[in-house]
Amino acid sequence: MPRPLEPVSQGTRVALGIAFFVLFFAAWAFATLGGFVSRTFLADPITMVQDGWLLLTRFGFLSDIGVTVWRVVGGFVLAAIVAVPLGIVMGAYKSCEAFLEPFVSFARYLPASAFVPLLILWAGIGEMQKLLVIFIGSVFQIILMVAVAVGNTRRDLVEAAYTLGSKDRGVVRRVLIPANAPEIAEILRLVLGWAWTYVIVAELIGSSSGIGHMIIDSQALLATGQMIFGIIVIGVIGLISDFLFKALNRSLFPWRLA
Amino acid sequence: MTGTILQIEGVSRVFPGVRGGAPVRALEPTNLQVAQNDFITILGPSGCGKSTLLRIVAGLDRPSDGRVLLNGRAIEGPGADRGMVFQSYTLFPWLTIADNIAYGLREKGMPKAERREIVASYTDKVGLRGFENHYPKQLSGGMQQRTAIARALANDPDILLLDEPFGALDNQTRGLMQELLLGIWERERKTVLFVTHDIEEAIFLASRVVVMSARPGRIKADIPVDLPHPRHYTMKTTPEFSSLKAQLTEEIRAEAMQADGVH
Repeated sequence: MPRPLEPVSQGTRVALGIAFFVLFFAAWAFATLGGFVSRTFLADPITMVQDGWLLLTRFGFLSDIGVTVWRVVGGFVLAAIVAVPLGIVMGAYKSCEAFLEPFVSFARYLPASAFVPLLILWAGIGEMQKLLVIFIGSVFQIILMVAVAVGNTRRDLVEAAYTLGSKDRGVVRRVLIPANAPEIAEILRLVLGWAWTYVIVAELIGSSSGIGHMIIDSQALLATGQMIFGIIVIGVIGLISDFLFKALNRSLFPWRLA
Repeated sequence: MTGTILQIEGVSRVFPGVRGGAPVRALEPTNLQVAQNDFITILGPSGCGKSTLLRIVAGLDRPSDGRVLLNGRAIEGPGADRGMVFQSYTLFPWLTIADNIAYGLREKGMPKAERREIVASYTDKVGLRGFENHYPKQLSGGMQQRTAIARALANDPDILLLDEPFGALDNQTRGLMQELLLGIWERERKTVLFVTHDIEEAIFLASRVVVMSARPGRIKADIPVDLPHPRHYTMKTTPEFSSLKAQLTEEIRAEAMQADGVH
């Protein structure tokens, strides 16, 4: 038996990770192909792959994927551009925090999905509405988390900077920001994951393209294979973006691993 | 050589009570004059307000009363004219050793070429050549504190403030660090204010040991150390050193007992 916290080798780690995927698909195949679950409700893995292939080759699903990715990235980048500087200012200056924190804390509990009908009223069913859903869902979360990270900067580093001649702005620019850059990148990675849920919600209602739209279309046709394929595609894209984000963070902040 | 560089005039510090508790008097009104080129150690048990006093000189804390004059001008806040080395490791983890040492110079707006020269000279002085491109995390505690000393000195401050800088190091490393610091002081004669609770360290480094009493902190004794320079670590076993140590041990022991509630 392994001991608590005992590390495992890289090879074992990869093998175990893959093993779960295999187990998952095996259980799924067993339940569906073995006839334990009705095909109406759950397609088997083989049908799913066939449906997926059809979607990609015949029904132009690739462009749906492209549209969804663009929406996520667009809304998320907009949110980050607004939220990261605001979060830094809030974390650094306590009066700004006192001014904004209560409202932001309240606003972040407003469910982005509940805004969809309202946003359709305001912005129509075009791209702007999709971007806004993601923006609203992400912006308050990023602000708060960045503010907390910056507010928790090691005091002794700030004091050291002052004794070395830094002025207030220098402390923000040359201590608070670089000290928290890795954590801010982590926050963005996390919130990007959430942005994926918001985009699908936005696409389920009043949309004529995107992965979410495909899923809702397939529901009308009881094409569970297509729906599952759509969901799995989202998972795969999430995994890839997560991986890229981690790799980027590692190369941007070598001092963290040193 | 004998001018007064730092004057501490009636400085006291009272911390407000927590949750309606009584305010805590950390430092009684304190007077201290520091002469140019002096090496003063402030010796006292934990909680005697010695770090508070140093932080007030650094401008990181404000006195409740009194004032501190550096070169005749009152201290309003922290500044590059007082270099500080902390007990905790305060190198900026995202900067290399060379960039850490250059931090203050860069804040001053010094051009890169000039910076490089000064950084190289201080990297040499603290024996860290070859580690310029390492990150702090890759260095031992002793090396990190050496970098911190170099970083403070590179700024060419009027006075160097050290707050138990070797407190977290093991005994052997601490001995070596003391010699390194003393060597630098013997060559450059930078005015130093050094806070410690280690009696041997206080004597070995100082030209003057200021002993502080336990809560509330105040200066209890001011003892000149007339041991000759340059000092070698073997000095710690000479009779002169031992008698000073015995004297200070008595002073400190009474304070430590009082601070600890032992009578």
